[in-house]
Formats: sequence, C-alpha cells, structure tokens
Amino acid sequence: MKDANVKSIVCIKRVPDTETRVRIGSDGASIDPSGVKYVLNPYDEFALEEAIRLKEAAGEGSVTALSLGPPAATETLRTALAMGADDAVLLEGEPSHDGLATARALAAEIEGRDFDLLLFGKQAVDDDNMQVPAMVAEILGLPCATVVVELDVEGGHVRAVREVEGGHETVEFDLPGVVAAQKGLNEPRYASLKGIMAAKKKPLEEKEADLSGSDIELLSLSEPPEAEAGEIVGEGADAVPELVRRLREEAKVL
Amino acid sequence: MGGVLAVTETRGGALRGVSREVVTAARSLAGRLGGGVDALVLGPPGIGEEAGHLAAFGADRIFVAQDEAFGAYAPDAALRAIEELEGANEYRAILLAASARGKDLAPRAAARLDRPLASDVTEISVEDDRPVVVRPQYAGKALAKLAFSGAPALISIRPNVFLPEEREGDGAVEPLDVSAEPARTRVHPVESGGQGELDVAEARIVVSGGRGMGDPENWHLLEDLKDALGDGVALGASRAVVDAGWRPHEEQVGQTGKVVTPELYFAIGISGAIQHLAGMRTAKVIVAVNRDPEAPIFDVADYGIVGDLFEVLPKLTEEIRAAKAV
Ligand SMILES: Cc1cc2nc3c(=O)[nH]c(=O)nc-3n(C[C@H](O)[C@H](O)[C@H](O)COP(=O)(O)OP(=O)(O)OC[C@H]3O[C@@H](n4cnc5c(N)ncnc54)[C@H](O)[C@@H]3O)c2cc1C
Ligand SMILES: Nc1ncnc2c1ncn2[C@@H]1O[C@H](COP(=O)(O)O)[C@@H](O)[C@H]1O
Repeated sequence: MKDANVKSIVCIKRVPDTETRVRIGSDGASIDPSGVKYVLNPYDEFALEEAIRLKEAAGEGSVTALSLGPPAATETLRTALAMGADDAVLLEGEPSHDGLATARALAAEIEGRDFDLLLFGKQAVDDDNMQVPAMVAEILGLPCATVVVELDVEGGHVRAVREVEGGHETVEFDLPGVVAAQKGLNEPRYASLKGIMAAKKKPLEEKEADLSGSDIELLSLSEPPEAEAGEIVGEGADAVPELVRRLREEAKVL
Repeated sequence: MGGVLAVTETRGGALRGVSREVVTAARSLAGRLGGGVDALVLGPPGIGEEAGHLAAFGADRIFVAQDEAFGAYAPDAALRAIEELEGANEYRAILLAASARGKDLAPRAAARLDRPLASDVTEISVEDDRPVVVRPQYAGKALAKLAFSGAPALISIRPNVFLPEEREGDGAVEPLDVSAEPARTRVHPVESGGQGELDVAEARIVVSGGRGMGDPENWHLLEDLKDALGDGVALGASRAVVDAGWRPHEEQVGQTGKVVTPELYFAIGISGAIQHLAGMRTAKVIVAVNRDPEAPIFDVADYGIVGDLFEVLPKLTEEIRAAKAV
C-alpha cells in the first residue's frame, strides 16, 4: 500500500450505534430516534483509515470525507477530520432506504471533483443495503471492488482482495476506481486529542443534497416476530438420544 | 415482454447451488406477475449441459454465454448480458442471489438500468400487481417492507431462504453472445480457504463453537460432529473466538460476521449475545449446548441441552453417526 499523491474521497454515513436498541417509531416506517446514539458507520472507519494510511505512507496526497445526511452528520464528518481527513463535505438531506437515490446524489457531487480513489464501507449498518459503493462506481463508469480485506495501490494500479464464499478473490484495476472496505482491512485509529483540536479548523463545506425521486417505496418497518422460547430437552450427555430422536422425527432435519 | 430474469452464478465451471434458489424464486414471482422465466448463465465452455438443468427449477429459456474468461467473476460481461436481455425482453423483475458475487453485481446492474434494488430479501409477494419484498435491516432488528413501482424491480435474495423446488416443464438452452472484453477489472479465480467451497452463509447445517470450547485445540470435537452430519455442513464461530484468533474471520456468525439461514444450527458453548443472534436467529432449527441454563441462547434455541459440552459433544457425534447409519 504505497503510492505517490493519491487523492481519496471517503464516503461516510452517520448511523445508529449497533448497540442501540431499535424501536419502531409511531409512524411504523422509521425507528424511534429517542435515546439513539449516532456514530460513524463502523465499516466506513476502515475506509477512512485506509485513505489516511495511503496519504501517510506516501507523504503526500489528500483525503476528503463526504457524507449525505442531516445537519447532525457534521459531527460524523468532524470525527473523520479528527482521524486525519483534510477536508469534509456535507450534502444535507435525509438518506432513504433507496440506495440508488443516495448513490446518485453522491455521484453528482463526486463527478465535479478531482480524485483517484473512492473509498466506502462495504455496508451501512442501518439499512444493511450494500448498494451505494457499486452504484456510485457504475454511475461514474469506474471499476470497483467490494468487501475488500486487503488493498495495494501502486503506480496507479489497484490490487484488492475481496472476501467470497469459502475463500478470496483478487481484483485488479487502474485508478480512478472504487473500493468498499470490509472488517479486517486495517485497525482504524482513534482520534487523538491533537487531531480533535486540529479538526475544528479544517474546512467543512455544507450544501444541499440533490435527492431525486424513488421507485421503491417503504411500506412499513416492523419488529421481527419474537422467537418462540425453546425447549430444554434435558441435561448432560443423557439427553442426547432424545435430542437426536426429535431432530429426526419432529424437526426432520437429520 | 415481461417475465422475470434470474441471474445465476457459476464458479470454476459449475453452477453454484444458490442459482437454483434464484430460479425457483423467479418462477414463483413470474407465476404471480405473469410471463416466463429466463435464466442467465455465464460460464466457461462446457457449462451448457448443467445450465440446462435449471429448467427443472422453472427456467423457460436459459441463456448461456460461454468463454474461458467466465470461469472467474466477469462483472462487465455480466452487466452487458443483463442489459442486452433487459433491452430485448423488458422484464418485470430481475433476481440475483445476495451472495458475494450477487452483492457486487446487483447494485451495478441496478445503477446501469437506473432502477432501484432491494437487497438480501427474505420474502417476495405481489400486491396491486407490484412486487413487494421484505428485508431485514439493523442487523435483523427490524423488517422493512418495500414496494416497487415501474419495471424492472431488482431483487437480490438471501441464500438458503427460497429453497429450490422442482417442477414439471421444459426449458430451452439458447446461446448468448457476450464478449469478455472490454473489462474494467481483472478478477482472478477464487482461491479457496480452509473449508473449500462451502461457506458458512450457504451451508445447510452450521456447527458453531464459542468461547465455551475453551481452547482451539478442542475444535476437533466440532469437526467430528461436522463429519458425522454429512454433506453441506460448515463450521461457524462466535466473535469471541475469532477475536481470540482461534478461528478465521470468515467463519464468524453475527452482526459483524455472516448472516446464516441454515436448516439446522448448532450453537456450542455460545452464550447467545444479541450480536450473535443477529446472524443466526432465522435458522430454521437451532440447537444449543451450554452449561449455563440462563444463557440467552436458550431463548432462541428450539432444542437445548444444559450440560458440559465436553461430555455432550462426543455423545452427540456418536448418536448422529448411529442414526445416519440406519
Ligand atoms: C459492535 C459489536 C459487534 C459484535 N458482533 C458480533 C458478531 O458478529 N458475532 C458474535 O458472535 N459476537 C459479536 N459480538 C460480541 C458479542 O457481544 C459477544 O461478546 C460474543 O458473541 C460472545 O461470544 P461467546 O458466546 O463465544 O462467548 P461467551 O459470551 O463468553 O459465552 C461462552 C458460553 O460458553 C458457555 N460454556 C463455557 N464452558 C462451557 C462448557 N464446558 N460446556 C458448555 N458450555 C460452556 C458459557 O456458559 C457461556 O454461555 C459483537 C459485539 C459488539 C460490541
Ligand atoms: N448517506 C450516505 N453518505 C455517505 N456515504 C454513504 C451514505 N450511505 C451509504 N454510504 C456509503 O456506502 C456504504 C454502503 O452503504 P449501503 O449501501 O447503504 O449499505 C457505506 O458504508 C458508506 O461508505
């Protein structure tokens, strides 16, 4: 992972902390925001860390953090600046369940910028869509690798290892291109106090997001049915024959 | 015009199992929306015969593109094929698997066709002549119900949920001319890890171990159980043991690991933390072995044994072997 002067844009999303208890709001179509703590999407931390390391290793280059979200997402962008991003852009708007609407808005902003590498998290942990990175790539006509656990950027060439069923797959392409980060790519740093102070003075631009209409409508959001409490078949090894009998005769899975 | 396109997957010259699920789901949706089912298969020369078997799961026409390059993932060629078939047939819906490849290809296809995508879907229905889907969000803590307007609707289905169903009826294999070039990316063939091809996310049975296993040396007890259970079985793990370096990350089940929906899930020495449950609570049958009767895993397990896993596991392996031998 080393290359001179790579200009990266990292797309980051403000999401509820995964520890948050999800309660459905009274509208039956959103989560109840009361008591919810918001954080930088965990997978986006890997993307940010990778961009920052690329810049540090080369001693030159730049890292821009880009987010589409409500005004409060400026806090998320400040976190990115504190980690080491150089500047940040907020596209103000409410991200929806429709990944394509988000991707179009991000792509419209990115298109006008000078960049080599676009980095994303593999997945936002609220909608769990896994859509936006590959959609942005396609809208901009760029090559892309998703679910990436290993990345090398050298001489404008990218070698990315992605996780697939029962193994790994190596993808190669030339910059500019898109990479979506999976856990394991690196160990994201914590923002230092110095970083947090410095972040306050870094540029953060805010503008309206260009959110187009959508052909996929959210009808409802509901809680999953309660799992029926199970049954203790018995204690210790003596219970095994009864378990096996029930797996065969009742559950019919053996 | 109309109908449903099922985009299948091959690896190293063979169809992946999940392809039958995609065709089955496409058949069922086409039954409600009207129109036929087309299947798209990209693979190396020789894939045609196996592709023909997709007729049994509901494909009326099976479009097969053969090229040496299609032994590996070829996203640009796949996109061209989808675009061409969509242009000629104007489908109501295009279905893919929410597999590693499908999760990469589906959003590209959606953006290419400028149409929305619902990913990792667990239910498909039709209301007012519109495809309506249900998909988990927030690591399974909420279910979103979504309706498409316009066509095509792009849908990727969660593996192991839409089980393959055979039907009576014929399908015709039709060659499709798709060039491997130009390609923006070069994708190398998959390098298999320890478990070979079978991934924990696609296994029929998953045997998972947690911190209660005590030591990575004890994993042979789980391997023995896995072997006794036969084919289609993969090992899984809790995050505690992955973080401890006992097991590789690709085996991790849960919120930050994989979501699995097997027919049968064994949780051995796993407490059942909410983040673990996020990855396996939709398994059809859950068996838990834990010495703590208060462990939360028993709240979701269909069958539980309270006891020391070092006593229970060898007996379980032995009984299952005996039962299978009958
Ligand atoms: C953001 C976040 C994401 C996370 N993502 C995941 C994830 O994806 N997957 C995941 O699994 N976890 C995840 N976790 C961690 C999760 O909270 C738990 O810490 C973890 O699942 C615990 O693993 P465990 O059940 O193996 O260990 P423990 O909780 O320590 O449980 C061990 C169990 O083994 C039992 N036991 C011990 N000895 C024996 C014996 N001899 N016989 C029988 N039973 C025995 C004990 O009674 C206990 O119930 C995440 C946590 C966070 C904060
Ligand atoms: N509103 C957003 N603003 C910036 N980046 C986003 C946004 N939504 C998604 N992304 C990026 O796309 C990745 C995948 O998101 P998703 O497709 O929603 O699962 C995330 O990890 C982010 O990197």
